[in-house]
Amino acid sequence: MKNETKFSVKDLNLYYGNFQALKNINMELYKGQITAFIGPSGCGKSTFLKTINRMNDLVEGVKISGNITMDGVDIYQDMDAITLRTRVGMVFQQPNPFPMSIYDNVAYGPRIHGIHKKSVLDEIVEKSLKQAAIWDEVKDKLKKSALAVSGGQQQRICIARTLAIEPEVILMDEPTSALDPISTLKIEDLATELKKDYTIIIVTHNMQQAGRISDKTAFFLTGEVIEYDDTEQIFNFPKNKKTEDYITGRFG
Amino acid sequence: MGIKMRQSFIAQLEELNNKVIKMGSILELSTNEMIDALDTIDVEKAKKIIARDDEIDLLEQQIERECINILAQQQPLATDLRKITSIMKIITDIERIADQCADISEYIIKLSNMPKTKAPADLGNMIEAMKKMVIDTIDSFVEADIEKASAVMEADDAVDKYFDNICKELSDVMQKDPSVVPQSICYLMVIKYLERMADHATNIAEWITFIVTGDLILG
Repeated sequence: MKNETKFSVKDLNLYYGNFQALKNINMELYKGQITAFIGPSGCGKSTFLKTINRMNDLVEGVKISGNITMDGVDIYQDMDAITLRTRVGMVFQQPNPFPMSIYDNVAYGPRIHGIHKKSVLDEIVEKSLKQAAIWDEVKDKLKKSALAVSGGQQQRICIARTLAIEPEVILMDEPTSALDPISTLKIEDLATELKKDYTIIIVTHNMQQAGRISDKTAFFLTGEVIEYDDTEQIFNFPKNKKTEDYITGRFG
Repeated sequence: MGIKMRQSFIAQLEELNNKVIKMGSILELSTNEMIDALDTIDVEKAKKIIARDDEIDLLEQQIERECINILAQQQPLATDLRKITSIMKIITDIERIADQCADISEYIIKLSNMPKTKAPADLGNMIEAMKKMVIDTIDSFVEADIEKASAVMEADDAVDKYFDNICKELSDVMQKDPSVVPQSICYLMVIKYLERMADHATNIAEWITFIVTGDLILG
């Protein structure tokens, strides 16, 4: 697989007050691939994910040094957070649809960006729900509340909402940890399908999930990247003993 | 549900299946050519078979690696798990049969350097029985046909019987005419390999049965 850099991370350090949550992260994240971050709780993987669309900016006492570039542009120095988040969408652990109709959830982003023409919105809503592999299940109840469907369906609606503003990157923070196994596999299939058009970065506690869907895997431990390589390599023959111990369940 | 799921995993399994089928068809080719080469003591053909063995070895290695990757990354279960674990066994048997084609080819080359003697009377029958087993076992993998697989397992006894008959015949020939001992020893080795080829075909048939029914067969 061709590795074309989307994000380049240089000497990234992040502190919450006196606590150093990320230690000297250096890595390239590649376009059109799924990159998975694995590691035990508190290892920094979610913190790192959030630095990619500056979700940590508003956290009190946070201090960040080093830099992250997207397509060569520094996302902290040379880009405002709103533009960044338009280009880098995010899906969270708990499905978090807005308390409004399925249609309005998906149309929310485009409307904020000034699209109000019904025919255009209809098209975006349909396309996004189709991309999120949920259209057939909800097409007859678009006006119903997005809270009235199952968790797995809510999560795919949230993915559709993210896709509606046509980002380039989708960050997923444990997107299936609240879902049943079938919904989980549907989201995994969806991620595999979406990587044709998007760069996907996923944090997961479920390392088998990382094995199933990701191209690259990074193993985090106490704020450091211990090993980062092709997923096939990490799961078959990790180079670092700590990675081996983690993925074989020797510690966690 | 109704929606097709785990498409990329399914594609991986199909790819794996196709590679096994490819390995099987190369084996079929080598088996057929070995039979021709033995019939006419064709040195050129024998050399070709020996050279082709590397192709089979390479495919075996690729399939092994893919199976290990799938086990490590996809958590296959039920039929998928049986299929992958069985494929890992089946390809070893395919590789062994191909090796035996190459081993026989070595004896064809040896025979070509000796005065021509009459081939054992039942050799043709033994070859036909073994060949049918090898081809049927590959077909039964492709078609997941357990009836065909069980016919392969039953056919092994006939091959064993031919082996015993030919051993006896060669023993008699050597006692009567010590000048043909070298050729007879070559034929003795050839029929031992043929007998082993049939055994490996039987193993494959047993694994195919396991894939379809989940029953492990002692043998």
